[in-house]
Amino acid sequence: MTTSTRGTARAQAPDAVLVLEDGRSFRGRAYGAVGETFGEAVFSTGMTGYQETLTDPSYHRQVVVMTAPHVGNTGVNDEDPESKRIWVAGYVVRDPARMPSNWRSRRSLDEELLAQGVVGIRGVDTRALTRHLRERGAMRVGIFSGEALADETALLARVREVPAMSGADLSAEVATERSYVVPATGPKRFTVAALDLGIKGMTPRRMAERGIEVHVLPATATLDEVYATAPDGVFLSNGPGDPATADLTVVKGVLERGTPLFGICFGNQLLGRALGFGTYKLKYGHRGINQPVQERDADGGWGKVEITAHNHGFAVDAPLDRISDTPYGRAEVSHICLNDNVVEGLRLLDRPVFSVQYHPEAAAGPHDAAYLFDRFVSLMEDQRA
Amino acid sequence: MPKRTDIQSVLVIGSGPIVIGQAAEFDYSGTQACRVLKAEGLRVILVNSNPATIMTDPEIADATYVEPITPDFVEKIIAKERPDALLPTLGGQTALNTAISLHDAGTLDKYGVELIGADVEAINKGEDRDLFKEVVAAVNARIGHGESARSVICHSMDEVLAGVGTLGGYPVVVRPSFTMGGAGSGFAHDEGELRRIAGQGLMLSPTTEVLLEESILGWKEYELELMRDKNDNVVVVCSIENFDPMGVHTGDSITVAPAMTLTDREYQILRDIGIAVIREVGVDTGGCNIQFAVNPEDGRVIVIEMNPRVSRSSALASKATGFPIAKIAARLAVGYTLDEIPNDITEKTPASFEPTLDYVVVKVPRFAFEKFPAADASLTTTMKSVGEAMAIGRNFTEALQKALRSLEKAGSQFSFAEDAALAAPGAKDALLETAKVPTDGRINTVMRAIRAGATQEEVFEATKIDPWFVDQLFLIKEYADELAGAERLSPGLLAEAKRHGFSDAQIAGIRGLREDVVREVRHALGVRPVYKTVDTCAAEFAAKTPYFYSSYDEESEVAPREKPAVIILGSGPNRIGQGIEFDYSCVHASFALSDAGYETVMVNCNPETVSTDYDTSDRLYFEPLTLEDVLEIVHAESQAGPVAGVIVQLGGQTPLGLAQALKDNGVTIVGTPPEAIHAAEDRGAFGRVLAEAGLPAPKHGTATTFAEAKAIADEIGYPVLVRPSYVLGGRGMEIVYDETRLSSYIAESTEISPTRPVLVDRFLDDAIEIDVDALYDGAELYLGGVMEHIEEAGIHSGDSACALPPITLGGFDIKRLRTSTEAIAKGVGVRGLINIQFAMAGDILYVLEANPRASRTVPFTSKATAVPLAKAAARISLGATIAELRAEGLLPAHGDGGTLPLDAPISVKEAVMPWSRFRDIHGRGVDTVLGPEMRSTGEVMGIDSAFGTAYAKSQAGAYGPLPTKGRAFISVANRDKRSMIFPARELVAHGFELLATSGTAEVLRRNGINALVVRKHSEGEGPDGEKTVVQLIHDGEVDLIVNTPYGTGGRLDGYDIRTAAVARGVPCLTTVQALAAAVQGIDALNHGEVGVRSLQEHAERLIAARED
Repeated sequence: MTTSTRGTARAQAPDAVLVLEDGRSFRGRAYGAVGETFGEAVFSTGMTGYQETLTDPSYHRQVVVMTAPHVGNTGVNDEDPESKRIWVAGYVVRDPARMPSNWRSRRSLDEELLAQGVVGIRGVDTRALTRHLRERGAMRVGIFSGEALADETALLARVREVPAMSGADLSAEVATERSYVVPATGPKRFTVAALDLGIKGMTPRRMAERGIEVHVLPATATLDEVYATAPDGVFLSNGPGDPATADLTVVKGVLERGTPLFGICFGNQLLGRALGFGTYKLKYGHRGINQPVQERDADGGWGKVEITAHNHGFAVDAPLDRISDTPYGRAEVSHICLNDNVVEGLRLLDRPVFSVQYHPEAAAGPHDAAYLFDRFVSLMEDQRA
Repeated sequence: MPKRTDIQSVLVIGSGPIVIGQAAEFDYSGTQACRVLKAEGLRVILVNSNPATIMTDPEIADATYVEPITPDFVEKIIAKERPDALLPTLGGQTALNTAISLHDAGTLDKYGVELIGADVEAINKGEDRDLFKEVVAAVNARIGHGESARSVICHSMDEVLAGVGTLGGYPVVVRPSFTMGGAGSGFAHDEGELRRIAGQGLMLSPTTEVLLEESILGWKEYELELMRDKNDNVVVVCSIENFDPMGVHTGDSITVAPAMTLTDREYQILRDIGIAVIREVGVDTGGCNIQFAVNPEDGRVIVIEMNPRVSRSSALASKATGFPIAKIAARLAVGYTLDEIPNDITEKTPASFEPTLDYVVVKVPRFAFEKFPAADASLTTTMKSVGEAMAIGRNFTEALQKALRSLEKAGSQFSFAEDAALAAPGAKDALLETAKVPTDGRINTVMRAIRAGATQEEVFEATKIDPWFVDQLFLIKEYADELAGAERLSPGLLAEAKRHGFSDAQIAGIRGLREDVVREVRHALGVRPVYKTVDTCAAEFAAKTPYFYSSYDEESEVAPREKPAVIILGSGPNRIGQGIEFDYSCVHASFALSDAGYETVMVNCNPETVSTDYDTSDRLYFEPLTLEDVLEIVHAESQAGPVAGVIVQLGGQTPLGLAQALKDNGVTIVGTPPEAIHAAEDRGAFGRVLAEAGLPAPKHGTATTFAEAKAIADEIGYPVLVRPSYVLGGRGMEIVYDETRLSSYIAESTEISPTRPVLVDRFLDDAIEIDVDALYDGAELYLGGVMEHIEEAGIHSGDSACALPPITLGGFDIKRLRTSTEAIAKGVGVRGLINIQFAMAGDILYVLEANPRASRTVPFTSKATAVPLAKAAARISLGATIAELRAEGLLPAHGDGGTLPLDAPISVKEAVMPWSRFRDIHGRGVDTVLGPEMRSTGEVMGIDSAFGTAYAKSQAGAYGPLPTKGRAFISVANRDKRSMIFPARELVAHGFELLATSGTAEVLRRNGINALVVRKHSEGEGPDGEKTVVQLIHDGEVDLIVNTPYGTGGRLDGYDIRTAAVARGVPCLTTVQALAAAVQGIDALNHGEVGVRSLQEHAERLIAARED
């Protein structure tokens, strides 16, 4: 059991304020680092997995509002982070734990936030804030505490100076600078070149478990660099930012060659754009681990429902009701979100290519979609055969 | 794939009477299911012996059979109705066991009835310990997680004793197979305990099977609620974490949703195991509950058990998440898939998702150990609680404190009043020692230990309660300290204390202020709660359903409305004396007032009930029923639109007790005004009402000291009935035969004070007790029903069987009852329902008491007479007259419950007692004698054209069928010997062999009835191995027991007989009146076929007869 350090019940953290770009503000107290931070306000509805969320590179430049009121209960361990650092720009919670309790916990969440300089706010009506974002859409936000506190009009003006998420090209900011290899667990069966657009740690692990040696390449890798790894398949990772800003040369090159291709999240959007579909920003995105996604059967009907982890603010605009012709052959929407019919997956009917908008690697989230990694493996097997 | 088209009619089995472990949650689930199936166009046939349920309202199903849930009776119903399918997963263990029996007997095949919801193989895999272990092993082989506790299955005591060795010694857990609510299970720390618990368990298990298991005491305990459809789509509806670690039955634990102390990795492991288990078991169109233990040291996961059906936990999960499991289970059972079913709350998204919560839910159990002083009050794996309260808050502390005050029990809230005892040397250690054993209220002991200086580590060591929860208790305690130490109540401090769930009363206690002063200050500072919505999705989508809980946060979600609202106060957690019957009346009021054009607003905190289904009323506030919480709701609703008033007379004593204070705070009480309530409840005032009406009451007086009590008793003569004032369910009531006991009673009673005197009444020996339910609108009386008790006066009306129409009262008596009832209703000033208890002694009709509210018998009376009394009462409360209601058709056009036609069916209500649940600390059963203090948990109804058959049905529904032949043991008190002779003779005439103790046998023989003398328990085994009666009972050689308690001597012998009867499940009659009724029942059973008839058919006949 971790020993706690307690003061009085009413923690004496400095006052803090959260200011939204439309002028609404919420008062609370500083959580994590004291100071100021800016980003796009989004809410995440997962009740577990805050460590994974914080370290997911797709949250770069976003201020995450946790709808679950208690955060930090299980502390911070060394196994669950999805990358080497916390990426969220700011953190909004209602009731953070005063002491963590879990056999794997190494330190408390606020210690971790402080150590990584993440500015947060606690004690705000996170439900009211979430409802506001749901009705008005994701928007820019600032959190201010300590010396950063000032007149709210002044703070609002600063929030409005922050660049919007639309048009942001962020992959390079979060991706690895140098390529590295994640070896296969057990005997190696395949080589995959994974383009790191903000990849989560669990993704190469899920592939490695299936005998794949994963070459994780920087977001800026060229087509030649991709094929220098002699890949059996190419993987496009998740990542932050607006897919409209991305360079599609590599994706198109892979499609040309007909190499098995699997994309997740941002990768799905890149595939969509490469196929000629548009992408658009959702009003408030999908962020949670309870989203129902249904897959289209081979016969074109709708099949099983999987409960999936989501973290996306953009989506692909593709027709749900018919097969589309693309420069790379016929394509169809393979998965949809049952809550709002957003496109959640694409597949080519004439090439070994597919992608999903959600997170089969889970972490955090349910494992229902793990079969997609097996599907990637069978595409590579088929290609080899 | 939509609904199956091959099913046109479906039989739903309910769960029968409320017993510990199987309560109102099955009415909630069953009602939801029946409504859904009916809405799908299916013919719904329902069987449930419990009249106090909404599901047995004639509108809910097409054919409603209030008949015993035994394979025999259900077969009769199947033969008559020929349903296409049987849905057994909504009526708890009772329904599941009945369905399995019907399957095993070939009945389902014979009539071509398909089991839907879960097939026999799945039920067996889920319920049979051995098969379930195989399931867990298969799951582990597939996904690499989940295991069973090491265990051995035993079918005899020898196997049990050998089994301990293979598990590596004590302690071990004993779990009998196929028993409900964990009945008969427990921890054995040594051989003595093992022999006792396993012996009992082998007896209780219908398959004579117990499981011995390694101890995982102190591990973390979790539950998942899952649903699966025929396309193999699976969702986890809710995770629940037990505050009390392993060792306490989950029904007796404080539980929290969602799980609070799991990382995502650990949670997903439980989820993966859960999904793999439901697939492996093969529940393919419905829900299940899976329980896990997690080792806090390393996360090792043990799968404890699964229930392949709707359960208490699934009802809780439904209320906690807004995801209606039973409703969806019913749809899945008839062929829908999860993605085809819309989420009620968002209306736009499908049910194939997993709810996410932005609040915390805490459930706390409510116990009734005060009713069973001899019972061992420690909590084990056998469920002992009789009810529960749930609360919702935006954090754990708020939800916990709200839940504790919802229990509405003295001392249930944390108290932070100054207490010198806490500073005494050794206080901390003593409290920690006490806290090691889980008991009712252990959390309060823990809080006291914290106040006495215990550290978090010490609390964890003593209790194994997860350190995160322990820290939350420290957080509450630190706020209490701040409140105590602050110079003044600043807005900031007050707001933060409220955010952590402190009630005005608690703050008042800490600050030495009056509660209303705290409230005034709080309101002046603008610190008021807001109301948030339970929406299944943490605000990701807009909610269409106004299901609210309060929180001290920023933004309220109560929408304005135009129609006038009526706020109905529910009855809170079920307890003995205040159960589902009161919820029934509240739900009816809501339906009736909604039909009459009002916006109905329900307030309640009991997760088991139909009233807290968000479908029942226009708005639901899941809130504690305290003055503070209700006043805030009234305020919020007054801001939202016009409020016609608050109904307090339907939810039992809980809302009634708030009436005056609400009125004092300017709230409109509709119906019977608080002054009238006082006139009925206050002895003096009620005495004046009776005197004015010229009605006699038993001689009585009130006393606050022994001397006063003695003087009264001397004057009116022993025996006297003594009880504290202002209690429900006869709490503390006792018949006192002499001065010595009177003295000790006064000394022992803690509830007596100058403002709460003890009432001393003359006890009417041998009187017939009569209950009357009536409606009064200020001018006209509608006699709802007259119930004649089968047991004599002196046994609590809630515990005695009764018949309606009365079987021995004539027209003249009814006329007297009507006149007296009207005089009292008028004198008291009732507007709505009144219940009066009379006693007929000799030729005098005494008034025992009057309750100006819906009584426990309203649902029974309503069903027996086919008239919705509670609906009528609600309308009268809001100004309708009886004449108008007659014209409208809500009440019969003419006549009432006192003028039932002669061929009206006879309905018998029988009480169901929880004896088998309780043991004393030595593991012996508790005595089963009925008395003036109510101890039953539920009731059944038997309805038929003649009394004997109706009584036999009531017994079959309550305790199992009456024997029609075999051996009857008779041992009665001297005063009963005379009245025993004729029924005993009848038993012999029916072919019974009589056994009797020497005294009783002597009387019988003198009257020409042959009886075999058997040895008393106190005499021990005879020289030639002759068995005592207790041994005979244990050996299954007795089929019927008649044992009336002796005044004082010989009581112990009776105790052993009665507890043996309970343990062995042999019908045991403890009054001679019950014997007489049973003989009529046996006679009916032995003469021709006992038929079944639906309430709808009964009503049709009754209405036709009324028209004549």
